[in-house]
Amino acid sequence: MQVSMKIEVKDAPGQLVGALQPISEVGGNIMAVIHEWDPTLRPKTRIVQVVLEITDERLDDLIEILKARGVSILGIGEERLLMKRSVIMIGHIMHTDLSDTVGSIDQTGYAEVVEMHVTMPGINQRSSALLTISATNEENMERAMEGLRSVAREKDLLMVETMEEAA
Amino acid sequence: MRVAVLGMGSVGRGVVSVIAEKGLGLTVTGLADSKSGLIEPEGIDLAAALEQKKTTGCCGDQAISAMEIVERGEYDVLVEVTPTDIKSGEPGLTAIRMALSMGKHVVTSNKGPLALRFRELMDLAGEHGVQLRYEATVCGAIPIIQTLQHGLAGNTVQAVYGIMNGTCNYILTRMADEGLTYEQALDEAREMGYAEADPTFDVKGIDTALKLVILANTIWKNGATLADVDCTGIDLLTVEALSLAGRKNSTIRLIGEVVPEKGLLRVSPRILPKKHPLVVRDNLNAVTVVTDLAGAVTEVGKGAGSVETASAVIGDLLFIRDCHVEGH
Repeated sequence: MQVSMKIEVKDAPGQLVGALQPISEVGGNIMAVIHEWDPTLRPKTRIVQVVLEITDERLDDLIEILKARGVSILGIGEERLLMKRSVIMIGHIMHTDLSDTVGSIDQTGYAEVVEMHVTMPGINQRSSALLTISATNEENMERAMEGLRSVAREKDLLMVETMEEAA
Repeated sequence: MRVAVLGMGSVGRGVVSVIAEKGLGLTVTGLADSKSGLIEPEGIDLAAALEQKKTTGCCGDQAISAMEIVERGEYDVLVEVTPTDIKSGEPGLTAIRMALSMGKHVVTSNKGPLALRFRELMDLAGEHGVQLRYEATVCGAIPIIQTLQHGLAGNTVQAVYGIMNGTCNYILTRMADEGLTYEQALDEAREMGYAEADPTFDVKGIDTALKLVILANTIWKNGATLADVDCTGIDLLTVEALSLAGRKNSTIRLIGEVVPEKGLLRVSPRILPKKHPLVVRDNLNAVTVVTDLAGAVTEVGKGAGSVETASAVIGDLLFIRDCHVEGH
């Protein structure tokens, strides 16, 4: 998952590197580091926002390590998924394990299904589902779509995508 | 300028009617349908030929064949508007080859020969210093080939995408507007004369795929064929899918796309916002060309119909008359 973490570091050489190092040590991936300059802050301190990708399990380890090194964590939250795109799937959606289809997106860590509407006109008829997917950025959205395309091929579902130019 | 017309179906009759009514400096000296032909070096009485076709089913003498007209006729331009066969390209392919080899210009509305043998036919035209023009093969009345070859000359074309089949567009419009099932909308399209008894060619996306192949070859001369197109039709769409798209203020249209950068030739149903410029109604076609200099240019118009397709054929004929036939 993608996490946004606000930390306070001393305004001294090597402090920021010291605070970021544990992230790679626990296998996290730093995606953005944003310095926030706030004149009301205590002198000699800086607030830094770090956006990183990390598994759920390793996040707790990271928090422990940072605390042990004297880095104050001011806030932590899941990064908002920035992009949305809708697709329509047509076929035997229920019979081919809908939760597995949705799971193929949710398990990526960088994209998830945030909205779904399913219409089932009859038990033996093909269903239609509108899935809205959120992803952290365009590249990840495309990766998620590619994954979904392969699930659709496997389960013989027709996947109707948005025109890229209009996405 | 003297013209020989092969094919007296909807397009052929449209072309002959327009020439009969408007003149345009065009004299029809040869005319053939699948069973009969006419050769009149001084000019055929078109009104009489149309009337004869209507009453007897034959436009002329059953002893004269289309190929005889191609070989013996006295004409500057062959108008080849016979039905499309996507497997062999015949009978159009042989007629076009023959005419080009004899140094005659050719105007065609026949997708088969071009989708199958684009390079060969263009090379043949080039060798004999004549024009092979085919505006009517893609998007009927919309002058998309002229736009690509001349209007946007000097531009690098980055993508072409659009709605290129009026039958599919009519079906999808009716499903979205009236909540008709695919089968109901198809039946209605048949009643209106928009869909054939066997609609496979249209609804499976094959017709759109042929047009993409012709567009790709026009722009990039890349030898693309039908086998290169990733093709999904509209026959598996549900009315519920259209209604779900409606929840997002969007709709579904069958889109053909050519994106050379990605090596993409694709026909597929796609979700588009209802306000998107390509979302046209009923049996209209719409096509967008994306270029480096001009940006995106979108053209909308009737994609089929006797007179509308004749418009494209006539446009090609007059282009040849004005630019390539001396002293017309």
